[in-house]
Amino acid sequence: MTRENGFNLLIVAGLVLVPLWAFFADEPFTITLATRAVILAMAAVGLNIALGLGGLISLGHAVFFGLGGYAMGILAYHAQTYTPFIEWPFVIEGTKSMPVIWLVAVVMSSLAAFVIGLLSLRTSGAYFIMITLAFGQMFFFFSISWSAYGGEDGVSIYLRNGFPGLNTLAPIQFYGLCFGLLMLVLLFASLLARSPFGLALNAARQSEQRVQAVGMMPFRLRLAAFVISGAITGLAGALFADLNRFVSPAMFSWQMSGEIMILVILGGVGRLYGPVVGAIVYVLLEHVLGDLSDYWHIYLGVLLLLVVLFVKGGIIGAVSGRRAAHG
Amino acid sequence: MSLLLLIEQVLNGLQFGVMLFLMAAGLTLIFGVMGLINLAHGSLYMIGAFCAAAVAGATGSFVLALVAALAGAAIAGALVEILVIRRLYGKDHLDQVLATFALILIFSEGTRWLFGSFPLFLDVPDALSGPITLPGGIEYPLYRLTLIAVGLVVALGLFLLISRTRIGIQIRAGENDREMIAALGVDIGRLYTIVFALGAALAGLAGALVGAIQSVQVGMGEPVLILAFVVIVIGGIGSIKGALVGALLVGLTNTLGGIFLPEVLKLFMEPSVATSVGASLASMAIYILMAAVLILKPTGLFGARA
Repeated sequence: MTRENGFNLLIVAGLVLVPLWAFFADEPFTITLATRAVILAMAAVGLNIALGLGGLISLGHAVFFGLGGYAMGILAYHAQTYTPFIEWPFVIEGTKSMPVIWLVAVVMSSLAAFVIGLLSLRTSGAYFIMITLAFGQMFFFFSISWSAYGGEDGVSIYLRNGFPGLNTLAPIQFYGLCFGLLMLVLLFASLLARSPFGLALNAARQSEQRVQAVGMMPFRLRLAAFVISGAITGLAGALFADLNRFVSPAMFSWQMSGEIMILVILGGVGRLYGPVVGAIVYVLLEHVLGDLSDYWHIYLGVLLLLVVLFVKGGIIGAVSGRRAAHG
Repeated sequence: MSLLLLIEQVLNGLQFGVMLFLMAAGLTLIFGVMGLINLAHGSLYMIGAFCAAAVAGATGSFVLALVAALAGAAIAGALVEILVIRRLYGKDHLDQVLATFALILIFSEGTRWLFGSFPLFLDVPDALSGPITLPGGIEYPLYRLTLIAVGLVVALGLFLLISRTRIGIQIRAGENDREMIAALGVDIGRLYTIVFALGAALAGLAGALVGAIQSVQVGMGEPVLILAFVVIVIGGIGSIKGALVGALLVGLTNTLGGIFLPEVLKLFMEPSVATSVGASLASMAIYILMAAVLILKPTGLFGARA
């Protein structure tokens, strides 16, 4: 077992044991923090598929996070007010069922990722970064001017949505649900990375010409990766909205895109557990530094600068002793 | 829809456009010469505005405020270049994005710590306040007209600087082949610091000028930064001409879209629906414009490199 694998196991053990401890010690706040970390980790695992595997520096992943959030907000809002979402040409009612909401979130964010990817992937490098950023702003401004769903104020949901057989309002049960989903997503991501598709995508990141020379189309590989990436981040967005029971344009903001990217880089780009470690550290920092100072973003900024300038390979890179993620 | 209103809105669009140009010119210059994506460019805009507001508050002089904005942003830019940015050249874009994002956090929170969360106000100087009557009987704010003039003069100055002066030759050479001009004895490190400070000063100038018609507050730089990105994506990275054309296109689309889209939609929709749909569409209009340009020319209107 490599040091990296051992470290990953330790992380999973921590994600199981700490909330369990909190449950028995009656510390619901700790469980909520852990839930936040797990959900943000999922969003970052999504981004890492595009970023780590595909080399696509998307600064617009808040689009998918926000779409997932609004899928939850809008469906639950209509269920809560007993008004149908669409009456014509056929009636679509709102819903408080998580599985349905997740499905809608994944479908909506996949569709958005397909269209945005189709346009953005025509370019590369700096253009790609700026274009994804700009698409993020487009959704941000759209959500602000969408007065039907609260405009700038967003939508509040009074009761968390339901999952068959669970009481989602109990913190530990909702945590278990999110944790289970994160594990599934991680399993999927690791299978994807080892699949022929993942290998081809990785190859396209390293040498576009060679991939083309063997008859594969980098554009299609990247587009598929972008869609999968967006779908996972969208799912995380739906959970995030359910955690807060609130969704607002902030989920679409470019700071959100930046934060998701920070999680990936803090933990280690292109490593399976990089986003998970990044999210845990980020949530802890937010909590600890936020207590210390109102201006905690300064410390976060300085810390980030130091990581970027001096720690190659993020936290997992530093712990495992292997600086390069792609060996 | 009267012609007067149309002309007034076109002028507003031009004013917004030339201010965007000041932002976009610095961004595109820094990217063109150093290959660096600077997300913190919006912070330099904010620094310019805060320097101007602080100095105007202390001295009452708008000219001093502008000087302070230029100097403050240029010094901040030079410091940032020497302390941080210098280590990022030649690294991949991901590191640049993250490091400059970190700089935004530091600058924004630092400014909040120094000045508090409440917006500051920078008054339009007396000599430039009030409207002026243009030929044809249009009343238009003199200050906004001055902004258009200042923006165009700066644009011209920048063209001359790049095309006619020694430093301009070095900048252009640096875009093409940094090893070669280093071998010819040009101090590349100093050149980069100068270009970065110049870009910062332009952003600071824009911040101070716009600060007099909007409030000066933390976070004011980021929306403008993203618009400036849209501008250089449309115009083509590294091209000053592209930045100017892109900025004017974006400025006009943004301003005219907000006014005319609801009106156009009212022709075949209920007024209330048209107003809200029009507002949504207008807020997305420049991104739709950007997407359209990309479909036709992925490297922008005047861009050479991808």
